[in-house]
Amino acid sequence: MTMTEDAPARTVLGQRLLRKEDPALLTGEAKFTADLVVPGALHLAVLRSPYAHATINSVDVSEALAAPGVRAAYAGAEVAAMFTGPLPCAWPVTADMKNPAHFPLAVTKAAFAGDGVACVLADSAAAAKDALELIKVDYTPHEAVTNLEDALSDRVVIHDELGTNKSYTWDLKIEETEGQVDAAFATAAYTTKQRFIQQRLIPAAMEPRSVLAVPQPFGGDMTLYSTTQIPHILKIFVAVLTGIPEHQMRVIAPAVGGGFGSKLNVYPEEVLCTALARKHKVPVRWTEDRSEASMSTIQGRAQIQDIELAADADGRLTGIRVRLIGDMGAYLQLVAPGVPLLGAFLYAGVYELPKAYDFSCTSVFTNMTPTDAYRGAGRPEATYAIERSMDALATEMGIDPLELRRRNFIPKDAFPYEAFTGLTYDSGDHDAAATVAAELMGYDEFRARQAAQNVPGATKLLGLGVSTYFEMCGLAPSRVLASLNYGAGGWEAATVRVLPTNRVQVVTGTAPHGQGHETSWSMIAAEKLGVDPADVDVLHSDTAIAPYGLDTYGSRSLPVGGVAIANACDGVIDKARQIAAHQLEANPDDLEFSGGVFRVAGSPDREMPLAAIAWAAFTAHDLPDGMEPNLEHSTHYDPPNFSWPFGTHMCAVEIDTETGQVEVLKYVAVDDCGVQVNPLIVDGQVHGGVIQGLAQALYEGAVYDTDGNLKNSTLAEYLVPAASDVPPITLGHTVTPSPTNQLGVKGVGEAGTIGAAPAVINAVVDALSGLGVRDIDMPASPNNVWHAIQAARASTTSSTHGGSQ
Amino acid sequence: MEVSVTVNGVTHTHDVEPRTLLVQYIREQVGLTGTNIGCDTSSCGACTIHLDGEAVKSCTLLAVQADGGSITTIEGMAAADGTLHPMQQAFMENHGLQCGYCTPGMVMAATSLLQENPNPTEHDVRIGLEGNLCRCTGYHNIVQSVLAAAAK
Repeated sequence: MTMTEDAPARTVLGQRLLRKEDPALLTGEAKFTADLVVPGALHLAVLRSPYAHATINSVDVSEALAAPGVRAAYAGAEVAAMFTGPLPCAWPVTADMKNPAHFPLAVTKAAFAGDGVACVLADSAAAAKDALELIKVDYTPHEAVTNLEDALSDRVVIHDELGTNKSYTWDLKIEETEGQVDAAFATAAYTTKQRFIQQRLIPAAMEPRSVLAVPQPFGGDMTLYSTTQIPHILKIFVAVLTGIPEHQMRVIAPAVGGGFGSKLNVYPEEVLCTALARKHKVPVRWTEDRSEASMSTIQGRAQIQDIELAADADGRLTGIRVRLIGDMGAYLQLVAPGVPLLGAFLYAGVYELPKAYDFSCTSVFTNMTPTDAYRGAGRPEATYAIERSMDALATEMGIDPLELRRRNFIPKDAFPYEAFTGLTYDSGDHDAAATVAAELMGYDEFRARQAAQNVPGATKLLGLGVSTYFEMCGLAPSRVLASLNYGAGGWEAATVRVLPTNRVQVVTGTAPHGQGHETSWSMIAAEKLGVDPADVDVLHSDTAIAPYGLDTYGSRSLPVGGVAIANACDGVIDKARQIAAHQLEANPDDLEFSGGVFRVAGSPDREMPLAAIAWAAFTAHDLPDGMEPNLEHSTHYDPPNFSWPFGTHMCAVEIDTETGQVEVLKYVAVDDCGVQVNPLIVDGQVHGGVIQGLAQALYEGAVYDTDGNLKNSTLAEYLVPAASDVPPITLGHTVTPSPTNQLGVKGVGEAGTIGAAPAVINAVVDALSGLGVRDIDMPASPNNVWHAIQAARASTTSSTHGGSQ
Repeated sequence: MEVSVTVNGVTHTHDVEPRTLLVQYIREQVGLTGTNIGCDTSSCGACTIHLDGEAVKSCTLLAVQADGGSITTIEGMAAADGTLHPMQQAFMENHGLQCGYCTPGMVMAATSLLQENPNPTEHDVRIGLEGNLCRCTGYHNIVQSVLAAAAK
């Protein structure tokens, strides 16, 4: 590990503290939404369109209504009337963005296979599902649109009222002088031009979505339990859509089994259960099947990327052009239009680029499941494109890809660095991260071994892939979000209270679903207040207990929510200082606070521990004049900047050219997320992120036929890798604190995913480069690899023949 | 149909619909919700329990097929005094879980794995757990947890 910080005296931060979440999760004691028992609940089941694109002529629920155990059944039109409007999209990225009305159940047209068209409420889940088969829907099927360029042609228009499948075009052209991008390409010593396909991914959090709405019919209150990453955002939208006053709407996210962005939405079933519970005055619940989840929960990635690089004779970047087509799927989900924008600022990666950047994204509707943010959201896509392109540039120049990167790194002493986009990168040391990664990989040794093994005729070829990345995270300064037309701010709330017996409650607006916030937030409070982390309880994910918050996504929880907690602790310490000064009859400025004790400077025997101050604040017998009782402080923290974690990943593979099988020999991830609160948890985040990125590279992809049917909707067909499919991971870390917050922290949740896919595919292409392979579609399955090899051989053979004739 | 099973040492007798899956029976009628459901194709292993000493995916059996059997679920792993089972303890010490949804099934499968092979290699562990999916950990620390439990 390379330590580039001046290590302050910390007692808790930086420890590999075991998680306080674990005992409940390890024993079955933790309650997920589907585990909650509520007497008298009715079960919702949703009838989903078997057609990807069809007009709904009529829906007849009469037979279903007569089935045993069935209490109600509704078609889309009746359901739409229960709401004040369609489901929300909170990110209208342009003023003229097309956004079709998206009702909880389709009313006139089904726009993807899986679009809900009718629903049943019954005494049991089985009775509800059985009754779905009795609903008669008369459809007129239409041709499905599943190809993005075909969608753009408007040959078949999905949403008739829009008249087009194009949702928006968003441009970001940045030039110092007009025409600089064209000039860069005209004068470049080297250029590259490539098209990459970001295949659709199914997030596949292990816990399927589940919803339980519990009404209080005579009081008017409504409690919604949901497997959500965003209880606070959900509360507002459900209140607005159902007309339930916001102060009577409570959302609770119990234990949540993973999200990765897939639970960052306002879903039809969440508002349906709420509206039906209100209407029928009984609890209503719904839990999706996995096959249902694959169709009705958002999918990720789904872009076509055209990227061109211009470079000078040394390989230094002089201009970049990017053209994206984003696949929104059938409707715009909560933040889907903004996903490509989150990547738009990262297509120059970690490299210096003059103001010669031309980015444009056009997003389209297709007859497939709606897409939205999936772990990394726009940033893995951008990183993939630039990192694959850097390898292509290195190949064209005939230089080592790591050397090319070093030539382009933003130097360490240039931070904080104002990038061509106008955004300021807070801190970085890319050379250090790359050096640590190369050492852990044994870079030079592997290159030598590769040269010896990859000889003509060899059937086992070695490849080494590099990727370097920035993760623009910690969403986000509210004013920056405003400039991107995002519908909310990016702050986070925290309350810290020291209870009379010196136990601490931390109330946070973050909503963890596997990240270990209870442990990490306890550590922050413990470090600041000088208490044992075991004496800190973290309250979260219940809007009645933590009324303010903007939840967990975009690697924001620590750099925004965690910093808010540290700031709230400062408020507590300030108040405690006043109380201690009053009781010790000292000047507050003369008090030193460490280890949970205030001491008078120069008089170490005059001291007052936090425990005594908390009791004094509670009894309020002897507080300074005008001071309110109790020891509590609340803050709302709006970060001044994104946080910019970075790192270098390297992947070594061996490919069997006869089967196309890729074996990962070694995977090295060096991530710098600034100061680490709990390295145990950081390691876990990187491990999981890497395998999720590696899974995109080698295994996963939602496959649709031309009729818009999802062909791999079960976990038997969609290849979420198992332990036997993936390698162990060698981790390294550098620590470059962020100067923008008092903890020096950055986010880490998405870093692994961002770095991994390009490292793996660069390794695959590197292994096959001697055969003439220059690119390969993800996933690099044995079939895809084998076909790429055959195509390259055929091309080489034909060009050889051509040359000899 | 009547089903009588012993779950974590306690005998339960219930009338069940013939189509009831064992996992549904355990969750809804016995009332032990630690056993999770993650898929509908017996792919994910979240519902793994022990039936007569063998790890089984409780979604692959009907409740009636378990009649007369002895079942251990995740709730039956820790000692009565609250001491975690060595496998649970190893998962905690090695950060072998994040969201925890796959964890009960993972712990049950891993315990069974060590019963069959008390000294597995890393490769053995990865192959032995291939029927259990996790989306959070990348498996690295799950494998470390199982190896640590084996070394105890």
